[in-house]
Amino acid sequence: MRVRLIGKYMLAYAVAVADDLFKALADPTRRTILDELTDTSGQTLFEICARLSMKHQLGISRQAVSQHLAVLEAAGLVETRREGRYKFHDLNTAPLRQIAERWLAPDRSGPEESSP
Amino acid sequence: MKIHLTSVFVDDQAKALQFYTEVLGFVKKHDVPVGEKDRWLTVVSPDEPGGIELLLEPAGHPAVKSYRDALTEDGIPLAQFAVDDVRGEYERMRDLGVRFTQEPLDMGPVTTAVFDDTCGNLIQIATLPQ
Repeated sequence: MRVRLIGKYMLAYAVAVADDLFKALADPTRRTILDELTDTSGQTLFEICARLSMKHQLGISRQAVSQHLAVLEAAGLVETRREGRYKFHDLNTAPLRQIAERWLAPDRSGPEESSP
Repeated sequence: MKIHLTSVFVDDQAKALQFYTEVLGFVKKHDVPVGEKDRWLTVVSPDEPGGIELLLEPAGHPAVKSYRDALTEDGIPLAQFAVDDVRGEYERMRDLGVRFTQEPLDMGPVTTAVFDDTCGNLIQIATLPQ
């Protein structure tokens, strides 16, 4: 059984989650980061930076990559995992299902998000 | 001017010497007592016994821990060593229990991997174009 999101607060929450997701996907560098995490999940910041510069000739600073990762993490697309002294970044594709469910397989029982 | 020595900080010099010789295959060049317990301890590549020395330097200075912790968290290596075959070395070392934070990765002409030297550092190995 599926729980329907009802009420103003839940609608606002769904809108905010969708905003974070689409904002995260709107940037080509962030999409490239997702491509590389699709190739190998569980990368250090160093490896992500190396892939962007060496494989994609993207000359961006480590700080900028960190900020991109923070946006991806806010959208739930990237999760960080501490393991001993290291920090790894994992891909989480679960939020992308919102896109599929909204347009490709919509729930006909009622809208989850109202457009302003 | 030329580079004849470089260094990595190590938590424990005896343990470091063991790892750098028995696992990585370097040979001891100098081992001179300095002060109460520290040693001037260097290793070289067996391929170049007269080449660049690597100093296994005591990590006693209070700044070393925060410096290395911050770099290690982000996966940043503190030295790079050249090998003929990164993938072969990766498999050999992994079978010896060495922890890699980056598996072999082809980046154009260069292949690299990053491992933990068990003495507090991440080290990168690279196969460079001939």
